[in-house]
Amino acid sequence: MTEDFDYQKAPELIRAEKLTKDFGSLKVLKGISETIHRGEVISLIGPSGSGKSTFLRCLNRLEEPSSGHIWFDGVDIMDKSVNINIHRQKMGMVFQHFNIFPHKTVMENITLAPVLLGKMSKDEAVAKAESLLTRVDLIEKKDVKPGRLSGGQKQRLAIVRALAMEPEVMLFDEPTSALDPEMVGEVLEVIRQLARNNMTCVIVTHEMGFAREVCNRVLFMDEGVICEQGNPRDLFDHPKNPRTQDFLSKVL
Amino acid sequence: MFERIITLVTRYGGNFLNGLGTTLLLALTSVAVGCIIGALVAIMRLSRSKLLGGIATVYTEIIRDTPLLLQLYFFYFMLPDILPQMKLSKFTCIAVALVINSGAYMSEIFRSGIQSIDRGQTEAARSLGLSASQTMMQIILPQAFKNVLPAMCNEFVAVTKETSLASTFYVGDLMTQYQVISGKTYMVLEPLIIIGIIYFVLTFTMSKLVSMLERRMKTDD
Repeated sequence: MTEDFDYQKAPELIRAEKLTKDFGSLKVLKGISETIHRGEVISLIGPSGSGKSTFLRCLNRLEEPSSGHIWFDGVDIMDKSVNINIHRQKMGMVFQHFNIFPHKTVMENITLAPVLLGKMSKDEAVAKAESLLTRVDLIEKKDVKPGRLSGGQKQRLAIVRALAMEPEVMLFDEPTSALDPEMVGEVLEVIRQLARNNMTCVIVTHEMGFAREVCNRVLFMDEGVICEQGNPRDLFDHPKNPRTQDFLSKVL
Repeated sequence: MFERIITLVTRYGGNFLNGLGTTLLLALTSVAVGCIIGALVAIMRLSRSKLLGGIATVYTEIIRDTPLLLQLYFFYFMLPDILPQMKLSKFTCIAVALVINSGAYMSEIFRSGIQSIDRGQTEAARSLGLSASQTMMQIILPQAFKNVLPAMCNEFVAVTKETSLASTFYVGDLMTQYQVISGKTYMVLEPLIIIGIIYFVLTFTMSKLVSMLERRMKTDD
């Protein structure tokens, strides 16, 4: 992983254009335009309430944007005629609270979507799940119900569940915020591996050290706009925007 | 009095057993079919469609805010009236009324069960590409069903007792057998005590089973 990854030269994967989101009279996103390229590892940072999670959740329309466009793989997924379910299959998402299906075993959590959506046969899905579980060191747990897993294990399972759909991008919504401190490392390690393997990742995070180490680009958001962005070295060491400076002086 | 009870049991044991069978059949039918209706109505009520939601609300409110006995009368007279060619037995009419009644209560149980499932479950399923209905069938309903199982069993206990109202129409349930036997023997209290004991044992056992089930499910999680 290099911080000098020239994202401008990589092909475009997601492009948001003038994206807005209102909750009633509250304007959470105030017209965001941003392009995410293949292979980029981007972290979204900013104070709470800045709209970074909302922006992330708008990218797969889990949160319905109020206006604007989102091109994913060249298709405007804000178009009314688009079947969003098809496109979501290619956008993996990992949540703060894991959202593992508690009534399914570890294995079933992973194979459910690929089999149900006709992406793979049952056998293929199981084989895929086994290789993924081995990668994140959960293979011995494949037949247990997730209730017995620790937070870190649940989050690793959640990542693997999303990966089983072979997505083109992974969206992480504060993946380590709900974890006990001693489990943060194991989850970050899995994300780090993904980044090394050139998976496109967009990560909303409060882990500044991680963002600095793993990401090619950092977007700083405040009050519904992207105030500043750049490679982690520049942004963390020489922030230009006063709001970025203020935020970083509080968290670093 | 004790001897007379024994005599009644030996002489009319078959009647009591028949009554018990009919009571259980009515209760099981209303809960089983009511369960399906309840799940559908709950989904309608939680759907985005105003029309479906409205229909579901009107249905549950009317049923829950009028007496069961009135509903039994209504279906008893109305069904043969609008479907004369089907030659419905009065048992069928009463069973339909009970099913419709219990469907409304079940839908409320299901609604709270569905709403008790964390939003994150829906979000995770939708983010994987599942449609709204796939999410409902695969993720939400199985969990909701497990959560409401004790409440459903309690509904079954309640319905079992409520079927006694069906005796108004002589459909052969336990309470009907009371009327039959007391008419034949001119005894009032003794047959009442017998069917009282049957009802009590039946519902007491079921309630105990429900609480055992609840404990089992807690340790399962």
